[in-house]
Amino acid sequence: MRWKTADYSGWGRVHTATGELARPERVSALEAILDESPAPAIGMCRSYGDASLNDGGRAIDMTRMMRVLGFDEDTGILEVEGGCQIGELARLFAPRGWLPAVMPGTGFATVAGCIANDVHGKNHHGIGSFGQHVVSMTLLNGKAKQVIGPKRNAALFKATVGGLGQTGVIVSAKLQMIPCKGDVMMVTERRIEGWDDFLEALDNSKATYSVGWIDATAKGDALGRGILEEGETGAGLIPKPKKSKSVLFNAPSFALSKPVVRLFNKLYYGRVPKAGRTSVKPISDFFFPLDAIHDWNRLYGKRGFHQFQCVMPIEQADALREMLVKIASSGMASPLAVLKRMGAGRAGYMSFPMEGYTLAVDFPNRAGAEALIHMLEEMTLHAGGRLYLAKDALATGRRLKPMYKEHTKYVAEVAKADPDGHFTTDIIRRLDLRSET
Amino acid sequence: MSETWIILGATSSMAKAFARSVSEQGHGVLLAGRDMDDLKRSAADCVVYGARVGEALKFDARKPANFGAIVKRAKAEEGMINVAVFVGSMPPQDEIDADPNLIEGTVTDSFTGPAMFLQSIASEMELRGGGCVVGVGSVAGDRGRIGNYVYGAAKAGFATYLSGLRNRLTRSGGHVVTVKPGFVDTGMTWGIEGMFLVATPEKVAADILKAVAKKRNVIYTPFFWRYIMLIIRSIPEFIFKKMSI
Repeated sequence: MRWKTADYSGWGRVHTATGELARPERVSALEAILDESPAPAIGMCRSYGDASLNDGGRAIDMTRMMRVLGFDEDTGILEVEGGCQIGELARLFAPRGWLPAVMPGTGFATVAGCIANDVHGKNHHGIGSFGQHVVSMTLLNGKAKQVIGPKRNAALFKATVGGLGQTGVIVSAKLQMIPCKGDVMMVTERRIEGWDDFLEALDNSKATYSVGWIDATAKGDALGRGILEEGETGAGLIPKPKKSKSVLFNAPSFALSKPVVRLFNKLYYGRVPKAGRTSVKPISDFFFPLDAIHDWNRLYGKRGFHQFQCVMPIEQADALREMLVKIASSGMASPLAVLKRMGAGRAGYMSFPMEGYTLAVDFPNRAGAEALIHMLEEMTLHAGGRLYLAKDALATGRRLKPMYKEHTKYVAEVAKADPDGHFTTDIIRRLDLRSET
Repeated sequence: MSETWIILGATSSMAKAFARSVSEQGHGVLLAGRDMDDLKRSAADCVVYGARVGEALKFDARKPANFGAIVKRAKAEEGMINVAVFVGSMPPQDEIDADPNLIEGTVTDSFTGPAMFLQSIASEMELRGGGCVVGVGSVAGDRGRIGNYVYGAAKAGFATYLSGLRNRLTRSGGHVVTVKPGFVDTGMTWGIEGMFLVATPEKVAADILKAVAKKRNVIYTPFFWRYIMLIIRSIPEFIFKKMSI
């Protein structure tokens, strides 16, 4: 296999890596690589920080291993190669009445990436995390090929789901799909005037899919105002999704300056009429709104951005409110800020979800952003919350490890699966995730 | 109307993208190549994408004795038989310089092997009164260059063969599309220095499908390679021979 030296980065473009990449197109080629020169697997690099990076080392680009291996129309069990993209699966199966049970905010994420980060979607409160719908998967590690599942080598399964690729390469997986009514979404959008109303609205939402956009620049009485989006699948006829556009250049830094963001958020909030509205949208518009603009991360300029995402227990809602106060008064947030009610569902030792509220806010990478994020991390730790590894770029192991109660079990399984550390990546080194303390 | 595509060299990424596209149109696909495990996975993929039939068959351009089995399998399907040829091999020119015996394999993989296969199925296509052949050549076949002239010569030979086959099959309602891709992001080009304007296999597959539908004779993909090659072909030989492009 030929290795290509490449520069690549996490989605936030703050962390970058230079290293050799192989890109196998067949299982036999992948096996040969793992035999000769084992290395961590990467996919579409949609993790924001350094979860998909191995600076100075090698990595295996799995994006060409993307076939659908079988689908059982009776049970809804789908078998796919790890490099399959979620958006493509939604496009293919929604018209037939099936959807991946869990879909993250980008359709470009690969199935193996979704497993390795145990991602959640807009229906997490009802259906749980991605890993909970993995029936089984084939894990390749050196010459060993293992089929694992929730009841088949369960410990290794739990260390693999949400395990950031440290136990081997996910070659293929069987997923339990869920039925849907069609490839159209009925979406209801409502203005929410402030923080307390938002939590109440999220708690009371009966929708299958729900997500809140929050104006992270609003202060005082308007603190926590935003828009609640609720969706259900449906059948119908709508125009095809618009052709996607690309961001060709890095945006200048004033594009996301304080007044611009404040104005944008005001207009975005005002876009939804006071009385709310219900509309019909293509499925991809609802689930993957940002995918329509390719390389949108360039809007943050060449210095990139951070996304801070935490989940806080229900009873710590006030601490979360306090975080939002800090964010709003800093004036550093970008328009991308999301608040969601999260259920308890999780499938791996290092899975992010917990029953509570999750807040995600983007910050352009500029002076003060790191200090603010460190403060938010401390607040998360004190409140018994958790940081999301797929987003994290700045935390330290000291802060992060106490948030993951099963971390020691993960350490033990990973040590067994990969004693020589072949699959170690930048995030593992930064957070020292392979050691207990 | 029901159609069946025989896809030779079906483990290549361009062939995989093409097989998926014709599967989405509901046609049958017979995926032929050497790595049976990989072909079976692709056949399953095609069936889920909508192929009427999806099967993996053994094909090795250097073993013509096996060609008959593929022809026989295709004959069992009703309707038009189409063939898409994605086979070829490109050993680095310096390896060929060191071992001239490599020429034989390169020419067999890229030209005479697929030509022999097409020759053995052409009469069946004529009998059925139609069908389409897609032959994937290369812009490398348009002019011999120091960097890969053996591969280029094989592809040039294949292009000439396809032109003759087009002349023949037209008479019975058939058609031949010669495809000349520029740089494509495949396993063959991964990590090679000096690639530019690289196209995705999906883009090439979409261009081929369009050319099949419109019965185009010779296409370059992406289209601008037609103009790049026009320029390269029009450089006078007394200058070209001193260049290394």
